Amino acid sequence: MSQSQFESLSNQSLAVCGVFYFIALVAHLAEWAARRSVPPLETVSASPLASGAAAAAGGAGTETLAPTKVDEEPTERVARFARVGMVSTIVAVGVHLLSVVTRGLAADPVRVPWGNMYEFTLTGTLVVVIGYLALYRRYQLSWLSPVVAAFAVITLMADALLLYAPVVTLADALESPWLVIHVIAAIIATGAFTIGSMASALYLIKERWLEKHSTAETPAEFRGYLARVPGLQQLDRLAYQTHAFAFPIWTFAALIAGPIWARQAWGRYWGWDPKEVWAFITWVVYAAYLHARATAGWKGRSAAIIALVGLATLLFNFVGINFFFGSGSQHSYAQ
Amino acid sequence: MARAEKGEEFVNERDRAPEVAPLAPVAFARWTWRQLTSMKTALILLLLLALGAVPGSVVPQDGVDSVAAARWRLDNPSLTPVYEKLGLFSVYSSAWFSAIYILLMISLVGCILPRTRVYFRAMRARPPRTPANLARLPEYRSFRTDEEPDAVLARAQKVLSAYRTDRHGSSVAAERGYLREAGNLLFHLSILIVLVGFAAGSLIGFKGGVLVVAGGQFANVASQYDELTPGALFDAEELAPFSFKVTDFKVDFSTEAKEFGMASDFSAGLDYQTSVDAPVEHARIRVNHPLDIDGSQVYLIGHGYAPKVTVRDGNDNVAFSGPVIFLPRDISFLSSGVIKVPEASPKQLGFSGEFFPTYDVTTAGEPVTVFPDAGNPLLSLFVYAGDLGLDSGVPQSVYTLDEQKLEQVQKDGKNLRLDLRPGEVADLPDGLGSISFDGVERYVKLQVASNPGEWWALVGMILALLGLLGSLFIRPRRVWVAVRREDGRTLVEIAGLDRSSAGTLSEKIDDLLAQLEERT
Repeated sequence: MSQSQFESLSNQSLAVCGVFYFIALVAHLAEWAARRSVPPLETVSASPLASGAAAAAGGAGTETLAPTKVDEEPTERVARFARVGMVSTIVAVGVHLLSVVTRGLAADPVRVPWGNMYEFTLTGTLVVVIGYLALYRRYQLSWLSPVVAAFAVITLMADALLLYAPVVTLADALESPWLVIHVIAAIIATGAFTIGSMASALYLIKERWLEKHSTAETPAEFRGYLARVPGLQQLDRLAYQTHAFAFPIWTFAALIAGPIWARQAWGRYWGWDPKEVWAFITWVVYAAYLHARATAGWKGRSAAIIALVGLATLLFNFVGINFFFGSGSQHSYAQ
Repeated sequence: MARAEKGEEFVNERDRAPEVAPLAPVAFARWTWRQLTSMKTALILLLLLALGAVPGSVVPQDGVDSVAAARWRLDNPSLTPVYEKLGLFSVYSSAWFSAIYILLMISLVGCILPRTRVYFRAMRARPPRTPANLARLPEYRSFRTDEEPDAVLARAQKVLSAYRTDRHGSSVAAERGYLREAGNLLFHLSILIVLVGFAAGSLIGFKGGVLVVAGGQFANVASQYDELTPGALFDAEELAPFSFKVTDFKVDFSTEAKEFGMASDFSAGLDYQTSVDAPVEHARIRVNHPLDIDGSQVYLIGHGYAPKVTVRDGNDNVAFSGPVIFLPRDISFLSSGVIKVPEASPKQLGFSGEFFPTYDVTTAGEPVTVFPDAGNPLLSLFVYAGDLGLDSGVPQSVYTLDEQKLEQVQKDGKNLRLDLRPGEVADLPDGLGSISFDGVERYVKLQVASNPGEWWALVGMILALLGLLGSLFIRPRRVWVAVRREDGRTLVEIAGLDRSSAGTLSEKIDDLLAQLEERT
């Protein structure tokens, strides 16, 4: 196959995997909507107010009330939707991977597909989804499925619409083995931080929800999505473990591999370039997160907020620096 | 700043300092120290450090991009004095930024020292005695067996080989993960090493930039640099006595539609000597492949055109001959520069203009360069005559003309513009002389740098990473196995306690249970 064929194959696979992610999203939303008719507690008893329509998202009041169904049916439906969602996600990941690989093959000479923002986002999203699949069993992440599917759909859509750039040869400064080392580490860390912050965000939402519903007594009120998101402690633990995994990788990417490469390419290992400044800020904020989790008065809520601030600095570094300080940053070719 | 863990004995002592400051001087000093080294303060200082680093990415920094900083000052005259006062043009060496990280370092040292002492005691400690009531621990299992109690305990000690174990009568106490705290300490200590390396580099290192025309020479002495940024304690005498000649320069400009005009694969050949009487060696440098000479690195960081011209004055003497560096304005390599001819008489001559690598004219009549390679070079110059002002004592840039005492040469009532192709000669009006465009040379922009602290910083950072991994992934855990005879059988009780929050205690205890039960 020629380079241009690989390029269009990459673009087409992106479109196809986007469709599968979308199917996964719809299936997971249906799964969660169907779950509303199953009480979250193990005791599945007859529920007179079972919701029938499955397509609507789980918000209270949005579902249409349908005639009472038999007990087993909703449970079975939940399982079926969940299966559809999972299978679509797995198919999507395969096609997504194809899109990333062919993107690399489309360049002449063949290279790793991490030369600009489009390619970085493409791979970063893949890392998030793979991370989710890898952790699925261990942490029973079915509650994270709609979030991840929505994330993949939205990010890939934004990537294709706003960041798309045709395949070009790498700029000279990028011709280095450190491109592979530095960028893959940054991508993996970014993906893991993203999953971590999903848990942190849900932590904050669930905490508020619990506060609001601490007095509610009717079990019907406990049927929504948030009732099935794991408890605060488990959310906090998932957030911590993903962050603890990502932090050393980020340390390596930003403070070891980056400086080594910068010394080779630009003649100084640290030069307070805007991208470097923000990578440092991100590092400091996540260091603060790890500390906060162990400090009285900062545990839980404050730590979760710091984690989200960390992700914000990470995203700003990735998007903001390139768009606002493009000409002023030596990393500007990463657009 | 050490990370306090769940469980009583891991709570940082200093977090228990009284909230209200006592008035007695000694008690007050003690209180201040405790506040400064508390986790909360460290946390706030960390967040302040992150916040404090932000302005340096928004306001152009003198140390990073001095040209942008100077331009910013010109564009914002009213804000400039305020920004100067706040140190916003050099955030990372400003008093307030230094204050944050110095406080953070003090807080760090104040945390490491006492913890090191505690750690050395804890490292030699034995696992704690078996609690009386194991059932009250977070994980607890029990089973009955016909095995002898001693045999069970002996087996437990063997199974728990990754643990430090003690036999206490009818029970075994085991503990592991002693290195977690060591990792934690190593991480924080290494941050100090990194800082020392970083500081050393900026004190005794140097960085210099120089433009050398292909074929030109360079000797590593301060006067040969176009710009030299020495560290505060750097002595120019210490510059390594190397010299080199730029033998050639190669560059490829892409002609493919998608990346049209993109420069790639540029490289320069260097013949270098480490000292005057050392043998000449040859090397090629390119982006990402610097040359290391005697602890200094020579980097190729840019390139451009240097048109070769010969200027004859009114007396037909050669007043100037050689390549003149023109600076590229953008990636099209449309370049601008000036030629100063102080030797010319009767009047000194100056030329200012543009160099078009591949000259063409747009349909609107605008001169442009359509490709960055020297395909159809053209030198377009305005001519000035008079006094260049070089003797006035005021230093001037080689890239601009001081037009105060110069008069622009006119022809037919218009400013004279000379458009020269290689090999062409143009006579100047009024008997001022002539100028010929002899050919196109290329020059390279080289950076020479030496940073003696960089190895410290790198080693420190790698140690920090190792320490970090240890402090995050070594899981301290305590396990107890107790046996007791009951109704002629042996009751085995197993219990465990995770001392990090992210453990998988339950599974581990299940494993242990399975291994001990196996033979029954």
